[in-house]
Amino acid sequence: MQTLDMNDIDLRAVNATLQGATGNDTEFEVLNLRGSHAVAVGLDAPIDVTLHGSAGYYCAGMNKQAKITVKGSVGPGAAENMMSGEVIVNGDASQYAGATGHGGLLVIKGNASSRCGISMKGIDIVVGGNIGHMSAFMAQKGNLVVLGDAGDALGDSLYEARLFVRGSVKSLGADCVEKEMRPEHLDLLADLLSRAGMDAKPKEFRRYGSARELYHFKVDNAGAY
Amino acid sequence: MSDQNTPRTMPRQSWTFSNEINSEIRRAAATGIYDIRGGGAKRRVPHFDDLLFLGASVSRYPLEGYREKCETSVTLGTRFAKKPIELKIPITIAGMSFGALSANAKEALGRGATLAGTSTTTGDGGMTDEERGHSEMLVYQYLPSRYGMNPDDLRRADAIEIVVGQGAKPGGGGMLLGQKITERVAGMRGLPVGIDQRSSCRHPDWTGPDDLEIKILELREITGWEKPIYVKVGGSRPYYDTALAVKAGADVVVLDGMQGGTAATQDVFIEHVGQPILACIRPAVQALQDLGMHREVQLVVSGGIRTGADVAKALALGADAVSIGTAALIAIGDNDPKWEAEYQELGSTTGAYDDWHEGRDPAGITTQDPELMARLDPVEAGRRLRNYLNVMTLECQTIARACGKNHVHNLEPEDLCALTMEAAAMAQIPLAGTDWYPGKKGF
Repeated sequence: MQTLDMNDIDLRAVNATLQGATGNDTEFEVLNLRGSHAVAVGLDAPIDVTLHGSAGYYCAGMNKQAKITVKGSVGPGAAENMMSGEVIVNGDASQYAGATGHGGLLVIKGNASSRCGISMKGIDIVVGGNIGHMSAFMAQKGNLVVLGDAGDALGDSLYEARLFVRGSVKSLGADCVEKEMRPEHLDLLADLLSRAGMDAKPKEFRRYGSARELYHFKVDNAGAY
Repeated sequence: MSDQNTPRTMPRQSWTFSNEINSEIRRAAATGIYDIRGGGAKRRVPHFDDLLFLGASVSRYPLEGYREKCETSVTLGTRFAKKPIELKIPITIAGMSFGALSANAKEALGRGATLAGTSTTTGDGGMTDEERGHSEMLVYQYLPSRYGMNPDDLRRADAIEIVVGQGAKPGGGGMLLGQKITERVAGMRGLPVGIDQRSSCRHPDWTGPDDLEIKILELREITGWEKPIYVKVGGSRPYYDTALAVKAGADVVVLDGMQGGTAATQDVFIEHVGQPILACIRPAVQALQDLGMHREVQLVVSGGIRTGADVAKALALGADAVSIGTAALIAIGDNDPKWEAEYQELGSTTGAYDDWHEGRDPAGITTQDPELMARLDPVEAGRRLRNYLNVMTLECQTIARACGKNHVHNLEPEDLCALTMEAAAMAQIPLAGTDWYPGKKGF
């Protein structure tokens, strides 16, 4: 394992090392993050990276292929626009976790703040705790699984993303409705929980999705916005 | 008492309730929905036409046309980027999306820009291979919707433009209607085929200049600090927006006035929100000068640029380059009189056709219909754009030489006078025949 200590090297050197990883070195750890922004961004190799401590904005942004574990909490925009790979946050996440992500798996073992999964485009997000308001706003594709509660306006203006919540939902956003949990959804949920290492029963969850009433702009819908 | 021999007052049309206004009232009453259209503001606003160059005189000597050099090159992104963009001409092609435009149109823009030695720009739909392949210098827009956004395209771009707003609709998002959402467009955007696609009005993962600074840091880290980072703003608060973009770490500020086009927005938004580009340039330049960043952070301005004279005037006011969108579309065939019969069928006419969002463009430019798209030959259209860009550049050089400048960037406010009080006030250029403009101190 290669150790990158941010007491000794700067952010550019850390990211350049991780972005340039090929072949032999596949395991890295980063020490003394001290809340740095944009740590481990733009990675594009099947490497294993452990960040010891809490990170600032955009931790693991635009990740491809890499498995990144944060042994702490993360600031806004963690794993934003992730394409593939896996990001695991042992603590909590601030706003916009997994925003616009196209693929891969984001696991937040603690809570996630507002707008978790905003505009997600294929990413899978599993949150062990609660999520804040306006989560999955304009979410296009992918799955958001919440073991705790969801805040106000969940799934507002939702497209085709699927939302699974075990706890309470304070309110649903425009065009977001509860939907039947069919066997294929239970299977999907079981797989997501298993991959995220979460101990929960799929039958305890409710499924939410788009009513698809706002897919075409009609003046009759103006009151929904 | 009246009879046929009594003189009658001529029927008098209301200026307030003109035929055009009345037709919109009737349309609104019939449909219950606002009018959506493409393009920029159509109203008359103070513009570059309201400025004139003074030319050389006893105190300044001109350069010889056809003989003495007048340089036109411009470098964008000199502040932080390892690989700034080197343009042969100070005219770039503005961001327009694949989806709003056909693949052939995007290819034509790339071809024309490349032949002329300048850059073109992606739009709200991601980067296509055709566009990348035919554009020697391609600016990749980083938009609120993040449709098609991915790190591979970020890295194969030559520059990144973070779009905060655009002149046609500062503070507004967009809507690409379902009829233009083909399988390919939908696939790039990650949405179902045929549904109306909303483009967000603000970024999903940052708000305000402090966040923007960190977002720029992230993009630089992902791309190894190679690419120039532009920040594009609509012309609303140009002094503060420019200052904040500089503070956030931008290499280039792109400033788009209300005449700048859009693929589809409410007419009321286009015509009533934002400022003319003429009013935006001097405050933006002032912000750069106040921060000691004029020429270190480059300023690109757009919105209603049509001729080499417009280019020269924008540069004289302090811009480093201009960007064209609508004019480029016209150059490759938009609103061409040869399609007049079809414009009439669509309820429009040459020069006025702006229902770009409906996807039925006879010129094959603002459409995804395969038959219509096939009408646009991207090679020939690219040549037309190259010719047009060359003409604008020659015109700009002609004016610069007449003002005694050996580089178009040496044009300066002192080379100009204003024809109207409004233009004088907005551009801070003396009214013709005076040494005064409204607001000038000391009077």
